[in-house]
Amino acid sequence: MNNVAEFPLDSQGAPPMMAATRPMYWSIRREVWENRSITMAPLIVAAVVLFASAISTLVLASRMVRLDAAKQYASVVKPFSIAPAPIMFTTILVAFVYCLDALYGERRDRSILFWKSLPVSDRTTVLAKAAIPLAVLPLIAIALSIVVQILLLQLGTMVVMGHGRSPAPLWGEARFFQGLVIMVYGLGAHVLWFAPIYGWLMLVSAWARRAPVLWALLPPLAISAVERITFGTKFFMNMLQYRVTGAMKEAFVHASAAAKGSCAGCDGNIDRLSQLDPARLLGAPGLWVGLLFAAACFAVAVRLRRNREPI
Amino acid sequence: MACIEAHGLRKTFGATVALDGIDLRVEEGRILGLIGPNGAGKSTALNAILGLTPYQGDLRVLGRDPWTERDQLVRDVAFIADVAVLPRWIRVSQVLDFLAGVHPRFDRAKAERFLARTSVKRTSKVRELSKGMVTQLHLALVMAIDARLLVLDEPTLGLDILVRKQFYDSLINDYFDRNRTIVVTTHQVEEIQDVLTDVMFINHGRIVFSASMEDFEARYAEVMVNPDQVAAAKALGPIYERQVFGRGIFLFDSADRQQLAALGEVRTPSIADLFVAVMGNQEGAAR
Repeated sequence: MNNVAEFPLDSQGAPPMMAATRPMYWSIRREVWENRSITMAPLIVAAVVLFASAISTLVLASRMVRLDAAKQYASVVKPFSIAPAPIMFTTILVAFVYCLDALYGERRDRSILFWKSLPVSDRTTVLAKAAIPLAVLPLIAIALSIVVQILLLQLGTMVVMGHGRSPAPLWGEARFFQGLVIMVYGLGAHVLWFAPIYGWLMLVSAWARRAPVLWALLPPLAISAVERITFGTKFFMNMLQYRVTGAMKEAFVHASAAAKGSCAGCDGNIDRLSQLDPARLLGAPGLWVGLLFAAACFAVAVRLRRNREPI
Repeated sequence: MACIEAHGLRKTFGATVALDGIDLRVEEGRILGLIGPNGAGKSTALNAILGLTPYQGDLRVLGRDPWTERDQLVRDVAFIADVAVLPRWIRVSQVLDFLAGVHPRFDRAKAERFLARTSVKRTSKVRELSKGMVTQLHLALVMAIDARLLVLDEPTLGLDILVRKQFYDSLINDYFDRNRTIVVTTHQVEEIQDVLTDVMFINHGRIVFSASMEDFEARYAEVMVNPDQVAAAKALGPIYERQVFGRGIFLFDSADRQQLAALGEVRTPSIADLFVAVMGNQEGAAR
């Protein structure tokens, strides 16, 4: 609260100059205040996932006696390893919705002129908004997933111990830290892969005078349709599809091998560190083209915010 | 030093000319009233001064080009407009946190002191406050910013007279000093006449009248003319004439005070009356 106390020089110097301000930090906090879905939606989903998984584990406990040890451990671990998926899916969904409103909402409610009366540049504002899908939401997803997994693991431990068995194999089966690495890697790959989508949505939200949803969706669909009708090709449509599903293909060995039909023993799950393929991901032109496109979109969004009038 | 200096300031929206080559100079420490009908170009001029819109011509605000140097300029400028609304979702405590976090010249303790005089609660959201309270909040925020230029664009639109009066009282008593400059536009001209040091009329994107209040008071006189002296009054060349309760009220520019005193009761006209006279004559000349 008290800048003067923290910066005693201020009270002596003639102009009360430049208390250390942190526009980027506060701009991000402002986004989190304004868009409560950033925190609330993943929290609610995490609570539901936790509740469902806990029920499943407890119901399981009543059947425990009949299961042999290996099956018992495996069935306790199952909800544990599924739990992060819906949380991550939610944060990506929230990210799409957020981006589409990020620069449109402040023009619609005309608060943009208030924000512009403060010394926060358009670039800082747009970068703070871009940080929500690119950094804040992924961090929330990871933090919540870890919390949910730890709670489930503790519950599983109690259930197993309640049946007089050692929890040690359970912890081995769960492979908590390995799962964490896969989770962080997979989410990171998706964030980078989806960056151009976030960029495009934010560009539209800075530009559209109304109905940003339509402006975001219709032009890509129209281009696909025109290409299909005029040239009979599906190049653009394939590109869009690759953008949506490509992260899984490029980031993991299993997925790419399965796509070629050459993965022996793949069961559709990613549960081994050897399946991570960062070299392939970083070598994929689609990643870099996408990131360049995203950077261009954010740059245009900065210019648009500078020039556009409130709606 | 001039706070605002413009030469040939021009702005067009397609075929519409919003600012038609404005020259103006506002010295530091002045309170300028910018008066004009709707669509005259007031808000466009203020937007150009605030660096919110690009323009043609030469414009310096506090020695800077507001469009290209907006990021530096905005530290020294504060702004309240009827259209620059506070976001409805924000809490009073949050907006205080935010300003303290981003504005190097914001004094939070000062803002808290101003707010303590109002009934605005820290925990309220803006959407829960009345329009008058939102204005009080905005004013408290702006007065706690140590800015050199304060721009007010219809700051009291839609507020009741008590709040309007308080608004200008606190502005003058608690905020204004000789190092600051205030530019204000409003339709309630009469209420700010005593506050202003300078007045400017703008119409069709041009400045049609500009004077300091001292000059204004020295130059213009209004006389309620006795019925038997109407002909004599007209002979002195009034710039405007109106009827109130059957008596003629004549407005004179640079007329001899002694001659006027012979015609009836002489007084300083209101800005509103001069505005009507100047605009009326302009429209007449245009036709």
